[in-house]
Amino acid sequence: MELIIKQMPVVINALNAGFVQTLKLFSITLLGAFPLGLLIAFGSISKITPISVITRLFIWIIRGTPLMIQLLIVYYFPGLVLHNPIWGGGESGRFTAAAIAFVVNYACYFSEIYRGGILSVPVGQQEAGLVLGMTKRQIFFHVTLLQMIKRIVPPISNEIITLVKDTALARIIALQEIIWAGQAFMKGSHGISGAIWPLFFTAFYYLIFNGIVTLALTKLEDKMNYFR
Amino acid sequence: MKILEVNNIRKTFGNVEVLKGIDFSLDKGQVLSIIGSSGSGKTTLLRCLNFLETPDAGEIIVNDEVLFDAAKSHITSESQIRKNRLHFGLVFQSFNLFPQYTALENIMLAPRLLAAENNYNGKSKSEFLTQLESQANEILAQIGLSERKNNYPYQLSGGQCQRVAIARALILKPDILCFDEPTSALDPELTGEVLKVIRGLSEQKTTMIIVTHEMEFARDVASKVIFMSDGEICEQGSPSEIFENPKEERTRRFLLRYSGK
Ligand SMILES: Nc1ncnc2c1ncn2[C@@H]1O[C@H](COP(=O)(O)OP(=O)(O)O)[C@@H](O)[C@H]1O
Ligand SMILES: [Mg+2]
Repeated sequence: MELIIKQMPVVINALNAGFVQTLKLFSITLLGAFPLGLLIAFGSISKITPISVITRLFIWIIRGTPLMIQLLIVYYFPGLVLHNPIWGGGESGRFTAAAIAFVVNYACYFSEIYRGGILSVPVGQQEAGLVLGMTKRQIFFHVTLLQMIKRIVPPISNEIITLVKDTALARIIALQEIIWAGQAFMKGSHGISGAIWPLFFTAFYYLIFNGIVTLALTKLEDKMNYFR
Repeated sequence: MKILEVNNIRKTFGNVEVLKGIDFSLDKGQVLSIIGSSGSGKTTLLRCLNFLETPDAGEIIVNDEVLFDAAKSHITSESQIRKNRLHFGLVFQSFNLFPQYTALENIMLAPRLLAAENNYNGKSKSEFLTQLESQANEILAQIGLSERKNNYPYQLSGGQCQRVAIARALILKPDILCFDEPTSALDPELTGEVLKVIRGLSEQKTTMIIVTHEMEFARDVASKVIFMSDGEICEQGSPSEIFENPKEERTRRFLLRYSGK
């Protein structure tokens, strides 16, 4: 116990650095997947059959395979199969590869939620707007959008909370996120070796982060509860 | 004075002809009741008049202006269709109020957006909104919902929702206001308040087309009645002609079924 207290400042510093990388991956994934998911959603409900078929096939593949395999493929495929190691060997290359895999994966999950949201607004809402002389654009922004958002906030929240924990998967390509930082103390890092408690300690970071995210999302959900 | 003329409207879904050539006309201030069994094409007819469906054939003429001519429908622009729609109003069976807006906001939304496109008709925005709101308040008073104007649809009863839907259509001052079974989704004890509002409108000489299964009401309020059957107008005439001396066997059978209940 005394030893742990002595090691604490060094470990916290290293874990914080890893956590920054975790946060970065988390934010980039959301920033990329929100708009890309909408694009994919429009593709999957497109009236042009080839577009909707290809989009749905893509969604099926991404949702049907583990994110971990997608990470490995994105990271290793260019170098080992195409002999063109576009990512380089460094941390920034690993981050780019991880970000691409995460954004695409989450965009596919979001797209299905968006699609459900778009289709769940009753067609009568659109027709009421048309009959009142509104344009399709006005109807989307003033009538449909908020009802859609209200419906997608709970399922999107679930995905966001899963994402907090999924970022740990980037460990598989040695991205220096918080799990990687905690594990380093087992092999030896910052003059500490054979310590497993830092790895266990990372759980607190996830718990606190998830707590904050959950609170924020619950607040958003409450805000939408003024109508039904 | 003739306000509406409908000539030979036809509409086919897939290979089912739902409207088989509908002809009728309506004078300003008249109330037309349309009755007929379910599936006879009443809703489709109203949807055609409100440009939610495009007829395959026929003409729609309002105030001597040809709003729709099937022969030329392919060249009609989106903005022209929008303009055409404003000649008509439509009150749906299921209200279709916007849930995220209060009663007052539901009424003001469309005219507000329309005016914003036209630079508030030369007025300042705040001046326009003040006028619009007082207009909306007047209509709310007329339908007896002044106290509920800041309630959201989920806080209102079905009858109150339908009255707000009527107000929302009225504020755009349509030439012809259409109702598609406005009381069919309501509990029986709530139909009265909606019918009372419609009756009030007819006393003010609002031109209306009312599709309804409330036979007594249809007869009281109408200046003209159409009985539809199987996509056709089977019989049309004054309320007393249709309800007391129907000429067609189908009309008689239909009325018999309804007077039984
Ligand atoms: N969009 C549609 N596609 C296919 N068939 C339809 C559509 N709308 C209505 N119909 C059919 O048209 C017929 C008339 O329907 P409708 O106009 O709703 O009758 P009513 O309002 O008199 O009950 C019905 O047989 C209905 O199934
Ligand atoms: Mg109907």
